[in-house]
Amino acid sequence: MKPYKKVYMYGGYNTISLGTGRKEFNPKVARPGIEHYIKEAGQAVLAQIGGAANVDDGVIGNFMAARFNNQANLPGFLPMIDEGLSMKYGTSVEGACGSGGLALQTGIRNILAGSDVTLALGFEVQNTVKAIYGADILAGAGWYQKRKEGHAYFFPGQFSDRAGAYFAKYGKENARKGMSRWFANAMINARLDPTAQEYHNTMPNPYEACLAAEPNGRAFVENLNYFDCSKVSDGASGIAVCSEEGLKKMGVDKSEAVEIVSFVQSVRDITKDPTDLTELEAIKYCANKALEEAGITVHQLSTAEVHDCFSIAGILTVEALGLAAPGKGCDYVAEGNTARDGIMPINTSGGLIGWGHPTGGTGVHQAVTIWQQLTGKAGDYQVEIHKDRPYGMTINMGGDDVTISAIVYKRG
Amino acid sequence: MKYEERLQNVTVLGAAGKMGSGILLLTAVEMADLSLLPENKTKTFVLNAVDVSDEALHGLMGYLRTQVRKLAEKKTVLLRKLYADRADLIENYHIIDEYIFDVMNIVRPVNALEVAYNSHLVFEAIKEDPALKVKIFTQIKNNSNVDPWFFTNTSSIPITELDVKAELGGKVIGFHFYNPPAVQKLVEVIRANGTLDEVNEFAMTYAKKLRKVVVPSNDYAGFIGNGHFMRDALYGMQEAQRLSVQFGGFVQGVYAINKVTQDFLIRPMGIFQLIDYVGVEVCSYIMSVMNPYLENEDLHSDLLDKMVAQGITGGQYSSGTQKDGFLKYEKGRPVAIWDVDAKKYIDIAGFAAEVDNQLGAMPTSWKPWKAINFSGTKAATLETIFTEMSTMTNLGASLSKAYNKRSNEIGHLLNDSNVANSTDDVNTVMLTGFYHAYGPINNYLK
Repeated sequence: MKPYKKVYMYGGYNTISLGTGRKEFNPKVARPGIEHYIKEAGQAVLAQIGGAANVDDGVIGNFMAARFNNQANLPGFLPMIDEGLSMKYGTSVEGACGSGGLALQTGIRNILAGSDVTLALGFEVQNTVKAIYGADILAGAGWYQKRKEGHAYFFPGQFSDRAGAYFAKYGKENARKGMSRWFANAMINARLDPTAQEYHNTMPNPYEACLAAEPNGRAFVENLNYFDCSKVSDGASGIAVCSEEGLKKMGVDKSEAVEIVSFVQSVRDITKDPTDLTELEAIKYCANKALEEAGITVHQLSTAEVHDCFSIAGILTVEALGLAAPGKGCDYVAEGNTARDGIMPINTSGGLIGWGHPTGGTGVHQAVTIWQQLTGKAGDYQVEIHKDRPYGMTINMGGDDVTISAIVYKRG
Repeated sequence: MKYEERLQNVTVLGAAGKMGSGILLLTAVEMADLSLLPENKTKTFVLNAVDVSDEALHGLMGYLRTQVRKLAEKKTVLLRKLYADRADLIENYHIIDEYIFDVMNIVRPVNALEVAYNSHLVFEAIKEDPALKVKIFTQIKNNSNVDPWFFTNTSSIPITELDVKAELGGKVIGFHFYNPPAVQKLVEVIRANGTLDEVNEFAMTYAKKLRKVVVPSNDYAGFIGNGHFMRDALYGMQEAQRLSVQFGGFVQGVYAINKVTQDFLIRPMGIFQLIDYVGVEVCSYIMSVMNPYLENEDLHSDLLDKMVAQGITGGQYSSGTQKDGFLKYEKGRPVAIWDVDAKKYIDIAGFAAEVDNQLGAMPTSWKPWKAINFSGTKAATLETIFTEMSTMTNLGASLSKAYNKRSNEIGHLLNDSNVANSTDDVNTVMLTGFYHAYGPINNYLK
């Protein structure tokens, strides 16, 4: 959809993405809980927008706090952030790893329904259980009737099958080169963002390391190595979604905000297997519809944030966007086109593999990065925003190409 | 009798001890994995965990539950396949919980030896006492309802002696795990003169299924592992006593040699910490078992005897924490050293700086064992450090060179006296059983 009136985003904030790789992370020491993350992200946004008095309502995106943290009824945490949110409208949304994207979509719809400012948050705190049990919880993003036949590491298993199909159809060697370049880009970008999970990463040659790591189906999955996968993360992100009036109330110039050019949300039947494992059909539909509604082509984007829960998902999204023909996405990436100095920098703060993937928070983190990039606030990871292609885009995915959000932005 | 038939009824003797508990764990898991194969689903597998201490057996079951969970978490990919036919087990945690139950359900903790009378395989990990082992083997053999094979975890007693004295007719083999059995990759396998081929074949299959590195040792007291360790320890103690004169105190000598062996020589622990880990009393006992078999050599330490007489035993509590020995430990770290003359622990902090100063600096390229042993550039790093050390003349470097030379001599002795079949086997034992970063047969230090 194209908004019938101006909708903006402003005041983004990310907590660190905590998990293996961060120096602060020690699995044996107690870590902050969900309250900490919700509060930190929420309060940091409020501090940028003149406080809770300016906020009409709030929405929290989260996937599985009910299992990771034994906590439901998440709207109740909005007033915990600030007393000023007490008794105001609040809701929470869930669409697996696409929950953050749903929070953004809900925020936009709130503004179109008459609100002036929505506080949109997304979070996940997943390090409460070991990865092998976390895999059970995350498998909830798939159809439970299929869990029994699925892999111990359910989602890596799903995308390993996609990688295997891609190898068979288009050749493994080129694909592995593209996937390894994807990983290397993620590390290079994450090292520039102090909140990234891989900020402390010092691998001397991530490309070679990923290329050399042969997948081990006995211990993990057949066609992906650990580098191909996003890690387990704790983290939260927040941003204010607002109307023109809302920006005025906050005292923020619209040039400091991003304007929503189009927003599309699409779902694919969770009970059906993908038609073609080498294509992300829901992402293809949703992203292209967003571009179409915005009235632009993909080549008018200066940067994009895509859902690379696995390197192969990043490659398939490049193809779904039409940046490369089917089977050529790996070459497009391997040639450096998506690197930060390439034609189309993608995932400039590291993406899910580099920045981290606190599942319910990822969609919001993507919007924060695009807001930072388009308004020149990205610090060390700033990339060039070309005058003749002033747009940015986020694509957030829940499950195996099931719950998709795509949003096109430009500077306000 | 097929492999899995022999493993349908097994007894571990001394099952709640340091070594026995690890052997029990590995065997229980192997038996459970067999029981889950489609062709074995109707068969019953029984593993008797025999120990004299009810209290220790109580602790054993807790240990087993924790360890099986860890193992199950690592092999969930495989377990999902083994439980594919169980529609009720869907999530990983369902499967892991069921597997823990299936392993535990094989184990029968008991303090009565009679359960072993129905076992086809008896694993022995009791006290290192030849007469006791012979007595128990004889009792089981004479009362058994089947035809049992005996696997002994002895680290020092010649297997042929056990075979002959207990009249086992070659149905015995040395199967020596390293501590802790669940972690250390090495198993020394020792055939007695009369050990039957089929017993050896089974031992090899069993070791392979447990993914162990097998090093065959010939049947000489102490085999390769203790053959090196006991002589290495004896040398360390002699050096410490010699240095005591120079340093003006026993504890300073112990501190210096412990530092030389751990830091200068880049080992996982200093020689005195290793003696404590194995047990001061155990080391003394092993030497006394080995010594009568050795010619032209007196493997005996008055110092160890003195320590034991003073009540300083080392070893571990059933929780796995270290008991005090030569060194006194706080949170696993040495903080004081036992003074055999004053009969009390002396704080290391009081004299460490002075001794460190006398030993002198370590090579500038030096790195600790932990940073080297698991790195892909281990050999090159060791080469750099030891090349530098070779040119150094301070006391620490000189002691290290002499220590390494002695270790090297012991390695050659084990090869030349036919305990080991090759110097490579000696190195493999030290690398995989003692976690050394390099073997005694090396060209690093000149």
